[in-house]
Amino acid sequence: MSLDWKRWTAVLATGLLAACSGGQDSGAGSADADDDAATDIVRVDLDPYPSTYSPPQGETTLITGATIFDGAGNQIDSGDILLENGRISAVGQGLEAPEGAIVINAEGRYITPGVIDIHSHLGDYPSPQVDAHSDGNELTQPNTSEVWAEHSVWPQDPGFARALAGGVTTLHVLPGSGNLFGGRGVTLRNVAGRTVQDMKFPGAPYTLKMACGENPSRVYGNRNTSPATDMGNMAGYRANWIRAADYRDSWHEYWDDPENNSPPTRDLELETMMGVLEGEILVQMHCYRADQMAQIIDLSQEFDYQVTTFHHAVEAYQIPDLLAEAGICAAVWADWGGFKMEAYDTIRENLALTHANGACAMIHSDDALGIQRLNQEVAKALSDGRRMGLEISDAEAVAWFTSNPAQALGIADETGSLEVGKRADLVIWSAHPFSTYAQADEVFIDGALMYDRANGVQPVSDFDLGQIGEGDD
Amino acid sequence: MRTLVTLLAAGAALTSAATAQDLAILNGRIVTNTDQGQISSGGVLIRDGVIVSVGADIEVPDGIETIDANGGWITPGIFAPYTQLGLIEVALEDATNDASASSSDFSVALDVADSFNPNGTYLATSRMEGITRFAVVPSTGSNLFAGLGALGNASGDMDALFETQSFVFADLSQSGAGTAGGSRSAAWAYLEAAFGDARAYPGRYASGHGDALNRYDAAALVDVVRGRIPLILEVDRATDIRRAIRFAAENAPLRLVISGGAEAWMVAEELAASGIPVLMDPMRNLPSSFDALGSTLESAARLDQAGVTVAYTTQTADGYFNARLLPQHAGNAVTNGVSWDAAFRAITLTPAEIYGVGDQYGALAAGYMADVVVWDGDPLEVMSAPTHVIIDGEDTDLTSRQTRLRDRYTDMEDTTPFGYRD
Repeated sequence: MSLDWKRWTAVLATGLLAACSGGQDSGAGSADADDDAATDIVRVDLDPYPSTYSPPQGETTLITGATIFDGAGNQIDSGDILLENGRISAVGQGLEAPEGAIVINAEGRYITPGVIDIHSHLGDYPSPQVDAHSDGNELTQPNTSEVWAEHSVWPQDPGFARALAGGVTTLHVLPGSGNLFGGRGVTLRNVAGRTVQDMKFPGAPYTLKMACGENPSRVYGNRNTSPATDMGNMAGYRANWIRAADYRDSWHEYWDDPENNSPPTRDLELETMMGVLEGEILVQMHCYRADQMAQIIDLSQEFDYQVTTFHHAVEAYQIPDLLAEAGICAAVWADWGGFKMEAYDTIRENLALTHANGACAMIHSDDALGIQRLNQEVAKALSDGRRMGLEISDAEAVAWFTSNPAQALGIADETGSLEVGKRADLVIWSAHPFSTYAQADEVFIDGALMYDRANGVQPVSDFDLGQIGEGDD
Repeated sequence: MRTLVTLLAAGAALTSAATAQDLAILNGRIVTNTDQGQISSGGVLIRDGVIVSVGADIEVPDGIETIDANGGWITPGIFAPYTQLGLIEVALEDATNDASASSSDFSVALDVADSFNPNGTYLATSRMEGITRFAVVPSTGSNLFAGLGALGNASGDMDALFETQSFVFADLSQSGAGTAGGSRSAAWAYLEAAFGDARAYPGRYASGHGDALNRYDAAALVDVVRGRIPLILEVDRATDIRRAIRFAAENAPLRLVISGGAEAWMVAEELAASGIPVLMDPMRNLPSSFDALGSTLESAARLDQAGVTVAYTTQTADGYFNARLLPQHAGNAVTNGVSWDAAFRAITLTPAEIYGVGDQYGALAAGYMADVVVWDGDPLEVMSAPTHVIIDGEDTDLTSRQTRLRDRYTDMEDTTPFGYRD
């Protein structure tokens, strides 16, 4: 998939590497001179903390007789699904079990793709919430594009296991929202890894967390520095995008004519922003109000980059047309609001109404408890929408916690729907997933049974081990 | 406890029910919260704001206004035992937040009745989701005593507080320990001293000061010390709860209520034996602090199993904004092992009983005040919603500022400027 800034990985001259690595980032900028030694060209490693994720080994498994919501808008009654070699190999009715396959009778139960949360801080704001664990918000300057959320993730956060019990197979961990540019987000498989690298979704694009509105202006305004206002926020974005565009141009000038140009000194902050301008790093933008989102759409057009998703978009329902035209998704809560002025105009129908009026929409949690029941959050949004007269099917709404977040994370070719060839990430629910009483009975990641409520198959974090709460959901 | 509006049983003069109607609600599954249990199909008759009959076959007087439940559910209104409704409009805007007063010289004497705004935006949004009654609980500021709480209804009427100075709330958890000086020892020493002050009030103050409280705060604590109103203590850790149980025993006739109670299940037998109720959130399951390492979705079921009196809160959601999620929290208790009837009781009759008004609110039975909700399905299902919310016999309006916003932005094809739409 991504992590492939071809043009700029290919052409760093060896002779200039010393100048780069002798600077501020000698450790991070690992160089691989071997490939291109003959041409005096080196590569800057854009993936210096690579995924070491190793898919858990599952058995060939046939699950039969369930109501299947495939995440792509379809409902299959009395459906079967076959998992082989970690992938989905067939979905339909009346499938034959291959020899030696485990067969799970799921009659009367329901299957959806694994739940995906596009907005989590698990690991960065882990449980317990103690001072030492406040690792999610680098509140030191308005632009901290250089920090990476994955460098704060504590893999032993007990919240990961609780989320798995709620069917979450993939989650996106973001830096907090106190800065205009908060840093890079990372997409994780919800597996019990010793290291965050063990959890990193292979090939998932990096993201840049940005935030508009009250948070950055409150944080920096209280310090009597810019930004202190909405207009200060906008000025801050623009000044920084100008720097990033210059940086990008400098590299392009060098690449286009390495004989007569020197490469710029490597800058971690601008490197992330350049990734956005190159279309390789996806912008996940925290914005609440409709008018603020419109400002950001103009900003993105001024500097020619794409916003992927507005998170916490409580006023998305007011501008579905603008969102659709700009190709930007809205990630929203079912019914949170009121905690600050820009959340005052939240409505319960936001998700359903935004979707019905043509924009890409999805649920998100931003919360270690909410992530455990995104199915219920979607159910609330769906029922509120239906009650106002919107016709949205169950199967359509399942996309709000599966394929839509996958799309917005750039991993939709791998997960988010139950289609042949995709990773076998799925949940068998005890009842209709839009019922309060439904529980995730079994959760599969890459075709392996990672959570089994009836048989006590569940991860226990190092932190929980030997504590009172060990083994309790 | 001070009762603003005297609520009397049927037959007496009812000043509060001047606008209440006679009303019959028919054709629904009835949850009575009484020995009658659930009635698969029946109705409720209301006269002058009071329930006069409940049953499969009630006699409906001619000409009375009726509501058809259409086969939905008819239940008592939700009684939210821990909210900050009417105290906060926007949490981060201090100008709209009266929940705590960290710069005040007073503590126990801080009375939420003086802050409560019956026109708060979230009264309507709560009412729409079935909340008819609630406790208004202050937050702690610079003292472990937060102040005096009150009981209200969700009508939005100016007289929505039907009882004030109903309980005192104090924080004896990790955060309370911090407020008291840095340790649990400091917090309990302070609480003991405060009780001593209140017990000796007013004599001690004739010639000097209290050990912990000024004279106004000591006066406000007297009703607690004498057992006339409950003391609600926020505590999570099992050993802190045991300390609280001992404190209650040593300070009889103190009426103690535990709030939080993440690890209450670990001392469930003792709680049951002492008759001390617990206000807890059944959806709380993370080891969010070192006080709460024993948090689990099984808590509610374990407490219920041991016979502890339990009412549910939405501790994990905002109590001024999302107290309306209480049915979802109760539904999740069912999912994790509590019987439906017990879970529903924990958000209706049980909280009313804890606050001493269980003979008036929380059940559908003759003589109870007519707080009745008609739902389009099982109220603990997240996809269900009220179709009617009746408070004191009045069928209330189920619109809010939020539904108005929704309606304004529903039609993107309409060319009417948004600002000129209703």
